Order: sequence, then structure tokens, then C-alpha cells
Amino acid sequence: MSATLAKGINSFKEVLDAPIASFFSSCVHCGLCAEACLFYTETGDPKYTPIHKLEPLRRVWQQEYTLLGKLGKMLGLSKPVTDEELEEWKPLVYNSCTMCSRCAMVCPVGNDMTYMIRKMREGMAASGHAPAGLVSATTRSVEIGSPMGIRLPAVKAQMKHVQDDTGIEIPMDVAGAEYMVLMSSMEIINFPEYLAAIARIMKQAGKTWTLCSEAFEATNSGIQIGASDIAKVLVQRVVDGAEKLKVKTVISPECGHAFTALRWEGPNLIGRAYTFDVQHILEVLDDFRSAGLLKTSGFEEARLTFHDPCQIVRRGGLLDQPRNLLNLVAKNYVETKDHGKMNWCCGGGGGVSAIEEAEPLRLQAFKVKKAQLEETGAKTLVTACANCRIVLEEGLEHYHMNIPVVGLTELIAEHLKEGE
Amino acid sequence: MNHLDLLTFARGSALNWALIIFTAGVVLRLFEILGLGRKADLAKPRLDSPGSGWRTMFTRSLPPEGMLKRDPVTYIGGYVFHVGLFLGIFFFAPHIEFFRSMTGLGWPALPSALVDASVVAAIVALAALLAHRLNNPVKRMLSGFGDYLAWALTLLPLLTGYMAYHHLFVEYTLMLALHLFSVELLLVCLPFTKLFHTFSVFISRWYNGEIFGRKGVAS
Ligand code: SF4
Ligand code: SF4
Repeated sequence: MSATLAKGINSFKEVLDAPIASFFSSCVHCGLCAEACLFYTETGDPKYTPIHKLEPLRRVWQQEYTLLGKLGKMLGLSKPVTDEELEEWKPLVYNSCTMCSRCAMVCPVGNDMTYMIRKMREGMAASGHAPAGLVSATTRSVEIGSPMGIRLPAVKAQMKHVQDDTGIEIPMDVAGAEYMVLMSSMEIINFPEYLAAIARIMKQAGKTWTLCSEAFEATNSGIQIGASDIAKVLVQRVVDGAEKLKVKTVISPECGHAFTALRWEGPNLIGRAYTFDVQHILEVLDDFRSAGLLKTSGFEEARLTFHDPCQIVRRGGLLDQPRNLLNLVAKNYVETKDHGKMNWCCGGGGGVSAIEEAEPLRLQAFKVKKAQLEETGAKTLVTACANCRIVLEEGLEHYHMNIPVVGLTELIAEHLKEGE
Repeated sequence: MNHLDLLTFARGSALNWALIIFTAGVVLRLFEILGLGRKADLAKPRLDSPGSGWRTMFTRSLPPEGMLKRDPVTYIGGYVFHVGLFLGIFFFAPHIEFFRSMTGLGWPALPSALVDASVVAAIVALAALLAHRLNNPVKRMLSGFGDYLAWALTLLPLLTGYMAYHHLFVEYTLMLALHLFSVELLLVCLPFTKLFHTFSVFISRWYNGEIFGRKGVAS
């Protein structure tokens, strides 16, 4: 697939729709979105203003879809979008946008910058202006089956490891199970606790579940890079797996972008509604809790706080579930300032953590998390996204803060009543 | 042409043409936006925030927590300007009389002194917002000719209206004609400049509320 400027511009034209036209028409250049974006607030550099990241897309809209713009183009008055410009915008569209949507909560005219960035990335990828880190992650996803290059044997090895550890058999390819569990590469490589936690929780709840050998990876780098054709292939794997095994619900792991990909983008990518439900693991756990299927004992005594992953709260709608679950096991739970749907991003979402050259900026942007955390005086940080978790750990280490980061699912599993 | 002829022209064909261009422009722009359409969202929506789009049209007028402190000039200046302008347009007795003559609809006016004060406040707010635009690095970077044009187009009717009301500098009939011309200029330009947010803001806010409402994050 050769990328050209023409393909990029074409793709810009294709993604432009009524919402985007209304957003560009409404923008009053008030600059408030900048005040909501961690890449601006922590650097003070105006180029990180959210709406500015979309400037090339805006010009294509104006030149192609407005009367005045078309006139200007005919008279040769407008500046066409060039390859050089898109290359210059690459770090704005990718490295400095985690698609966290905080700006979309703040813009007084209601502009949803994430909606636009997501679509703009299609044209960036089609014109060959996507960052190398995301390109290779996407290639690995297509060729190997996961962005980090994990193959089925690695998953099987982890299954065995967890089986030995917990004494619970990890089911794979069990047709007719109620739940099909997906993981993110991050969980397979870095956090084997997740699978163990699921095994114990499912056992206690008495639910049937399974992994799927053809679809174990939940993340979708096609979406982060902006290649819907690839994103579709990746979602289709999950859909085929789930429909073959005839499961009722597919459980998205703690990874926020995986949830967005499966829950909100998937049906639109494959062009039809699913025959199964998609739930985030926290939704499943909270359902278990309210049905009395989640029995815990003991409480964490340390002062805990929670980092709301953007894709799960602001862009996923899970505001109460994590809090209900935390209150099951924590006595000394404190909220950060700006928690919930106004929480600040960890700085590594939207593919940013996979872009090597974005690291210095990401660590700079992390200052806002640092300040948020310090204010709470928390001794442990709980979150519910494997990517947030890695990014948070790196940021805390960089700033020499000795705060362990824990996944909420594992925290719950640690408090499961034994022998039930 | 004497001043009275000028005023007659301003009230007559100039106004008619301005209204025709304004209406056609608004319809065209709405068509340009909505005509692009959008794909139906096939993902199953959450059901806990019905009407989120409609609510966002209004709730987005309030600053989210913590934002007022980050940029008080924009918020306060913005409120004072919009409210002042609104009162000035719709609650000044002669304006209401004018609307009644055109549409047959009328409503009670506010005391002239109050309207006068609100117009002064709006002018002061506009000046403050311009200074802020020139000083704030983000706003300065975002702003181009269109933003300053929109600013000037908005200021003129306020200024000429104020001067006419107080019989300042220029002979009254002439001032009134100039006031009308400035309004007509504003009407003609509105659909094709940033000022179109007067209409499109309801569309963009609705989409925002609808997109987030489906995900269960109601505004
Ligand atoms: S906050 Fe909204 S209206 Fe203001 S500059 Fe940003 S996108 Fe434009
Ligand atoms: S989505 Fe988040 S990171 Fe991207 S521009 Fe908006 S506030 Fe900044």
C-alpha cells in the first residue's frame, strides 16, 4: 500500500462529515481547549492547542466544502495542504494527542476534537505521515496477531503458568461459554496477574468463560494509527472468534483503547451490529457485585487513589463502576482533584506510548498527573488500564515517586473470599 | 442625497437586500454543514442519558469545573458581551417597535438606561476580549483576519447605536442611517464568517452531547 499526498487528501475529504463541518464552523478561536489539554498546560507551547492540531483538515474542509473556500481555491487564493505541512503536523496529530477528549468536555461550542483527530489520522496514515512506532505496531498486529508481536504459544505459556499458580484450569476455545475473555499484549507480557484474577473471580461467581485461540488480543492499533481497513481486520478476528464460540459477552480487558475499539468502533468498522455484547471487565465485575456474586474480605488500609482511564470514563461511560468496586476493598480511598470525567490523561493513550520520539514530551506532560497525585497524598495508585499503568509507572519512576500502581481487577481478586 | 434620503435607503432597499443575503447565506451554510451528513452509528448506545444532545446545547454555556479560574477574561468577557448584546438587540424599545413593524410580534422593553448600560458593558467586554486576544499566545496564534473582522463587524452596530442614542458627534439622522448600515453589513457577513457560530453552535453542541450521550457520558 503506497501512501501519497493525493490519497491523504482524498481520505480527508471522505472523513469530513456534518459533525466536523459544524465543529469547524463554530470554533470561535477562544483558545479554551488549550487550557484543557495536558500537552499545552504542561509546556505552555501554543502549538499544542487542540483545535490547531486539526488545521490541515480544516483547510481541506474549507476549500472543498464551503462556497467561499471553493471560490478562493478557484481564484488561487487558498493555500493547498502539502506533504511538508503534514509532516510538520505529524507530531501534533500523533505525539501530542492521546485522544483523551478532555478538550471536548470544555470547548464552549461543543467541538469534539477527538472525533476529528481520530478521522484526521486516516488521512495522515494514507499520506504516509504516521509515526514509525505506530506503523510497526500495526504491521505486527496484522502479521503476528498482536502489536507487541505476541503469538499464541506465549498466551499458552501464560495459561499454564497461571494454572500452576492458581490450580484453576484456564479454558480455551470452549464453545457456548457465557464470556469470552480478551487480553492486551501488555497484560500478557507485563501483568500475568490479570489472567489469574479473572480465573479466580469467574470461579467464585460460578460463570463459564473461555479464551479464544484465534482472537486473544483486544487492542487495535489500526484505530490509533488511523487505518480503518486494518482496524476492521483486527476487529473481525474478535467477531469471528466470538461468533464461532457462540459466547454471550466478550469481555474487553482493562485496556481503555481496546474497549473503545471493540465497544464503540467495532460495529461501525465491520458494518453491522454484533450478535454478542461487549463489556469492559469493570462492568462485568460491577454486575457481579450487584448480583452478590463478588464476595470479598478485608480492606486495604493504605491511602488509595484512582486514575480514571480516559477511554473508560470520559469516552466509555464507566464512572460509578470503578468506585463501587474500590469501596468494596478500600477504606481509605481518596479522589484526585478533577477526577471522573474531567480527569487528566496519563499522557500515553491514543498510541502515544508506542511512539518513541514522543517520550520526552509525554514525561513533561506527566507533571499534571504528578501534581494531582501529590495533592492526594495517596500511597497507592489504582487504575484500570494496562497501558495507563505502564505509562504511570514510567512517569512515577522518572519523577522519583515511590507509589505502586495496581490494576483494579487484581486488587479485587486479592480480596476474594477464599474457598468460595 | 441628504441624510433623510440616506436613512430611507438604509431602512428600505438596503435592509431588504441585507435580509435576503443573510437568509440565503444562513440557509446555504446550514445546507453545507448538514448536507455532508454522517454515517449511522451501529454501536449499541448506553441508555442512561437520553436527550444529552439537546441538554448540551444549553449546559455547555457553563464553564466546566476549574475552567473559570484558568481563563477568567474569556469566560467573564464572553458572558458580559453576549448578554449585553442580546439585551441591546432585543430589549431596546425602538428595536422592539422595529421588530413589531416587520413581524407583527412585540414584547415588553427594558428601561432604556438599563439597555444603555448593557451596551456599554458589551463594548467594554469587546475591548477587553480584543486585548486578551492580542496578548494571549494561544489566541494570538489561532487568530487571523477573519477573527478581527468579526470583532469589528460586531463592534460597529454597538458603537453606532450608542452614539445615535446619545446624539454624539454626528447628526442624528445620519447616525441612525450609519447604525442601520452597520447592522446590514453584519447581517450580510454573518453567514460567511466566524459569526456564523450564532447558528452553528447549536449544531456542534448537539453533536457533542449526542456523541458523548451514547457512551453514557451525559453533559
Ligand atoms: S475551545 Fe472550541 S471554540 Fe475555543 S478554540 Fe478550542 S475548538 Fe475553538
Ligand atoms: S484529546 Fe486530549 S490530548 Fe488530544 S488535544 Fe484534546 S485534550 Fe489534548
